[in-house]
Amino acid sequence: MTETERIEAAAERIAALGASAPVSGRDPVNQAMVNNWTEALGDDNPVYTDHDFAESSVHGGLVAPPAMAQVWTMRGLHGTRADDDPLGAMMAVLDEEGFTSVVATNSTQTYHRYLRPGEHVAASTRLEDVTGPKRTALGEGWFVTTRTTWSAGAEVVAEMTFRVLKFRPSARAAAPEGARIIDAPEYADGVLRPVISRDTEFFWQGTKVGELRIQRWGETLRHPPGPVDPGGDLDAKPDYVVARGTGKVYSYVVHHHPKVPGKRLPFVVALVELDEGVRVLGELIDADPADVHIGLPVQAVFLRVDDELTLPAWEVAT
Amino acid sequence: MTNVEIGTTLPPMMIHATPTFVISTALATRDFQDVHHDRDAAVARGSKDIFLNILTDNGLVQRFVTDWAGPEALVRSIDISLGVPCYANDTLTFTGTVVDRVTVDGEQRYVIEVTGKGSLGDHVRGTVHIARPEVTL
Repeated sequence: MTETERIEAAAERIAALGASAPVSGRDPVNQAMVNNWTEALGDDNPVYTDHDFAESSVHGGLVAPPAMAQVWTMRGLHGTRADDDPLGAMMAVLDEEGFTSVVATNSTQTYHRYLRPGEHVAASTRLEDVTGPKRTALGEGWFVTTRTTWSAGAEVVAEMTFRVLKFRPSARAAAPEGARIIDAPEYADGVLRPVISRDTEFFWQGTKVGELRIQRWGETLRHPPGPVDPGGDLDAKPDYVVARGTGKVYSYVVHHHPKVPGKRLPFVVALVELDEGVRVLGELIDADPADVHIGLPVQAVFLRVDDELTLPAWEVAT
Repeated sequence: MTNVEIGTTLPPMMIHATPTFVISTALATRDFQDVHHDRDAAVARGSKDIFLNILTDNGLVQRFVTDWAGPEALVRSIDISLGVPCYANDTLTFTGTVVDRVTVDGEQRYVIEVTGKGSLGDHVRGTVHIARPEVTL
């Protein structure tokens, strides 16, 4: 079996086990933990903490913040997962295959009613979906979705769909620490200045601080950035990820003629496929054209033309 | 908040995510993962610093909406997706817009879209459903 087949088979087996046995919270819903929570988060809503206000409110008494639903059943400092916990089982399978890092990506919570101090809640979780392998900004990984139900006695009081990305960290895991920004005032004369629109502003803001920012629509990266979701969802809105800045030459040209103001000929312009999977164009600096070839590993550098413009470029990877 | 119409924007909320804030919220949500309170451990795992946990994002999105909607607004659901991390010493700015009115189980609800943005970009985007029993929609 291939790695993907093994993971998919394990996911099917774990999902077929259904929901875990309910695990009770350490403490009942209680005022002390509500007070700690509202104090830490700066939430001064009096229905959580002011007895008199709460009595005369729509709740008729003190209630816990709905967003604390998950807090009541957190495992705590020395807690361990139950043997039948499907998320733990799926994490173990992915650890085994080398997808050792984890990051939470989505949480959808529905609150059927407010909880009151003194109530005991228990959580039960089942595995809903495992999707992958996907190339993401963090590295190759699998999205694992679980569904948790909180009950007080037999009554379901809250539900959550929770998604994590379990990924294989890339060699350079974090955003570019100390990305190389080179002063390049000699470019100022002849440079073609980009038209910066609301769709591309984030990209050019990023180059100024040494970040190669790639537009993201849901889980899909897109470059150059555009105004509409590539999947055609007209309601979708993009954000961006900061690329690690490493990739390989996908294609290139060596420019011999004509002369370009502020530049010595010949120079190399490379289309680079980033480790994240999208392709970005830029000059490959400090490279002998004879040494450049398709597949050459490169890393991003940033050419600071002036206060307004910093261009992304490439250099041969060190 | 007497007249709420689709397109109404919420007053922005700024959160200074000091190390104290990151740590006290992680502990108040009973999240003892080291990346939320131990800087050395966070750096060793490839992060720049300790960072905010997702249970706190949930709470901040809730607070942002009820600070505007009033203490008796009933929060029915919070749906969030995370973008870039919020590291210690960053500042988040929450903005939001009322985008829809829906009826669920016979109850009228407002749908509010929320974004929490830090210096690295969008940290959290979410959708919150609230009901307001004291107001006839």
